[in-house]
Amino acid sequence: MNIPASLITVSYLVAGVLFILSLGGLSAQTTARRGNGFGIVGMLLAVAITALGHVSSFGLLSAAIAVGAGIGALLASRVQMTAMPELVAVLHSFVGLAAVLVGIASYLGGHSSPTPTEELLHEVEIFVGVFVGSLTFTGSIIAFFKLRGSIGSKPLLLPGRHVLNASSLAVCIVLALRFVGVPIEQGLTSLLVMTGVAGFIGVHIVMAIGGADMPVVVSMLNSYSGWAAAAAGFMLSNDLLIITGALVGSSGAILSYIMCKAMNRSFLSVIFGGFGADEGAKPAKATGEPEGEVTNIDPAETASLLRAAKSVVVVPGYGMAVAHAQYALFEIAELLLKRGAKVRFAIHPVAGRLPGHMNVLLAEAKVPYDIVLEMDEINEDFPETDVVLVIGANDIVNPGALDDNSSPIYGMPVLEVWKAKTTVVMKRSMASGYAGVENPLFFKEGTRMLFGDAKKNVDAILTDLRSEGSSAAA
Amino acid sequence: MKVGVPKEVRRGERRVAATPETVGRLVKLGFEVLVEKDAGAGASFRDSDYVAQGAAIAGGAKEIWQETDLVLKVQPPEHNPDLNEHEADLLREGGALISFIFPAKNSELIERLAKRKATVLAIDQVPRITRAQKMDALSSMANIAGYRAVIEAASFYGRFFTGQMTAAGKVPPAKVMVIGAGVAGLAAIGAARGLGAIVRAFDTRAEVREQVQSMGAEFLTVSLQEDGSGAGGYAKEMSKEFIDAEMALFALQAREVDIIITTALIPGKPAPVLITEEMVKSMRQGSVIVDMAAEAGGNCALTQPGQVIEQHGTTVIGYVDLPSRLAPTASQLYGSNLTHLLADMGGAKSFHIDLEDEVVRGAIVLRDGELLWPPPRKEPPKPVERKERAPVPPPVSHKKKEASAGASLAVIAATLGLLLLAGAFAPPAFVGHLTVFVLSCFIGWQVVWNVTPALHTPLMSVTNAVSGIILVGGMLQISGRIESPVVILSAIAVLIATINIAGGFLVTQRMLKMFQR
Repeated sequence: MNIPASLITVSYLVAGVLFILSLGGLSAQTTARRGNGFGIVGMLLAVAITALGHVSSFGLLSAAIAVGAGIGALLASRVQMTAMPELVAVLHSFVGLAAVLVGIASYLGGHSSPTPTEELLHEVEIFVGVFVGSLTFTGSIIAFFKLRGSIGSKPLLLPGRHVLNASSLAVCIVLALRFVGVPIEQGLTSLLVMTGVAGFIGVHIVMAIGGADMPVVVSMLNSYSGWAAAAAGFMLSNDLLIITGALVGSSGAILSYIMCKAMNRSFLSVIFGGFGADEGAKPAKATGEPEGEVTNIDPAETASLLRAAKSVVVVPGYGMAVAHAQYALFEIAELLLKRGAKVRFAIHPVAGRLPGHMNVLLAEAKVPYDIVLEMDEINEDFPETDVVLVIGANDIVNPGALDDNSSPIYGMPVLEVWKAKTTVVMKRSMASGYAGVENPLFFKEGTRMLFGDAKKNVDAILTDLRSEGSSAAA
Repeated sequence: MKVGVPKEVRRGERRVAATPETVGRLVKLGFEVLVEKDAGAGASFRDSDYVAQGAAIAGGAKEIWQETDLVLKVQPPEHNPDLNEHEADLLREGGALISFIFPAKNSELIERLAKRKATVLAIDQVPRITRAQKMDALSSMANIAGYRAVIEAASFYGRFFTGQMTAAGKVPPAKVMVIGAGVAGLAAIGAARGLGAIVRAFDTRAEVREQVQSMGAEFLTVSLQEDGSGAGGYAKEMSKEFIDAEMALFALQAREVDIIITTALIPGKPAPVLITEEMVKSMRQGSVIVDMAAEAGGNCALTQPGQVIEQHGTTVIGYVDLPSRLAPTASQLYGSNLTHLLADMGGAKSFHIDLEDEVVRGAIVLRDGELLWPPPRKEPPKPVERKERAPVPPPVSHKKKEASAGASLAVIAATLGLLLLAGAFAPPAFVGHLTVFVLSCFIGWQVVWNVTPALHTPLMSVTNAVSGIILVGGMLQISGRIESPVVILSAIAVLIATINIAGGFLVTQRMLKMFQR
């Protein structure tokens, strides 16, 4: 089919603008859905114009697209909101894999370049694209299994892992030198070996990262998947791929940066060091082992505390996601709101396993987003709060992060729940959080521990509050 | 291990050292519990309630004292009028006892117990540390006493506590002054506030101001600056000047308030006299004073320990058994304190006296007749300072910041250098792509910073979908012979990239639908 090249270029430009608008729409909840719509329109436009302009084998194309779209739709409709991190991770791996395939195909497809410089550049582009793609692919697969719990979330720290990474990288560079300027059959071996080595680096890097750092890893892989797409754009001289890849790449980079800042860690120490292990310090059981006894509480007592409270803040963590307690939690909030109490939810930036994970779960339970507050918005309010309910969160409410400089999470901004009158911590046991750090919060005078399954406890509190409500009404 | 709970023998003592509920917990800890017949009668617990929780009932006190390994009591052992024998002598040789002992003033009792080769823990000597709060019977009893003091005052006071506007006219609220804001004082403040009175409180320890205010009372101060915090949360004795200023304040308040509740105690000394006869005279007719320090001589000059008197138109209540007047609750809390202590000591199975345990070391008076009291002096704990958390210094040091600023400068310089290099050598098409790339990075950077943190997950899924654009890369190479590797690879790439696009957009849509105000 004959489509003028300029029309294709302009269409790509429009698609690129639509993608930018799509991300821009996410700046507020009210415009977010429209933003997503822009993204879809942009993608349809890009696919349509590419198909019309460059593709001749429509049968194969539509078959591939139909199957892919079917699988994608199935995944999207089946996934539970608590399993979002896994889905995101596995989708990243697809982008990585696609980048590898496109790169190899591009190499095999040959390329008539007018000058040796362009030829060299093209080969380098392929090499880089495949490298990043392969890294993203295996890294995301490991992240997926870690998030699913199929692989333990403990960091796997091989001895000499920095050396291992560095030498793998060196091997890739050597392979790159052997790759450029040789005939395809010879070069292919180098390319495939490099793909394997890059894949190994991806596995190794993510294996060495602990559960608490998963938000950083996922956003980092998000960024890589963007760079992989951008690299493919370079090798195929396609501006749309470059624009989109760059957008996604910087988006992921910003998310990683935000996550790191929220944990007061440098990006490099997350990527290249296990938690708190980079200085050779053993995590957990630092000198400042908190002393004292914990005070237990039962659901009925918690309910009566809540009944008497005028101001309540709920701090959810990954444990809430695991226990699927968000619905019952919101029902409690609703009952309390009806009684005239002030109820709000406080979200720490790294709560959960994905940036914004808690917000999605609360939204799923229909918690209105204007009572869901960020850490900075609510930290000042804790002294005026009667009861704080901490559900399945640990490190993000650890006072040691502020006052114990021997703590591995020292300096990480946390929700200062201990300033409230009473803090009820719902936890499975006294075990420490993902950071493996003892939490002095549990031993504070105003803290009550409600042990057991978060869902069961939340339900018990809800039942208690309800029964009281009905008897008062009768 | 067998635990015995005798009926208290002191006249008017209605408490009991175990309630049916705490018996249940003791049984769970593995103890065998023997309760004297009618031991709980004063606190409204029936023998059958105890039996229901797993206790056995003993016919007489003798059986309890002789046949159990450990006796739990409230009051220190004393003469049993029914058996005409001292309880200490009833204890079997080598037996154990936990109760209030007050060893500082009961040396004769301790000698008697030592003769029986007894092991004795004084619940009143449990150190006041955080870990031991749940075993702190002094606090739990003081809490009850403070509450009861207000109830007693209310019953002798002929007016409302709360102010009321009635059809017949206005009734002003009662004004209550509480002296000493320890556990008892704070409980009294809470109870009086609960009844609707206006409450003021005084304490020599400045640190309790916040606690007083948190209970809804006004904190009275004298103009002199002196902090009366002593060891173990008690007050110390104050200087002459301070006491004068304090007395002037009380004299002033006495004329204003309707009810005074005093709780001022200094360990090991008679209670200070804070309310003089003059002050009592100056009070309004019908006023009430509850002197909770009556047992230690009283804070009021007119107090008669154990009695209620009326003088100068004011009722002075000197009850020394306030907790016992709330016997069911007092028994329950006291029994819980004991249960916690026994759990701390290992329960029935691994029950042992661990002198390394700070709580046990503090409470133990005798071990097999050997005197271990008082415990070796430790550094008295410093009075708790109200720690205003110093602003945490930003963890990133300046050096590091400078370094990172330097690093980013270096990165910028290197990038510029590379760009120039590309400009000089690279083919024009590449430079064009590079321009697009760099500009897109900047746009992305700007746009994404505006994304609200609550939408970070949708952001990830939408970028995920968008990065499926790599599909275009596959499409560009998909045309050709179906068996060629390029086409096959491209088709697979298209397929999985489409999964991404469809999955990413749809799941984003699903998520965004949920966000609602």
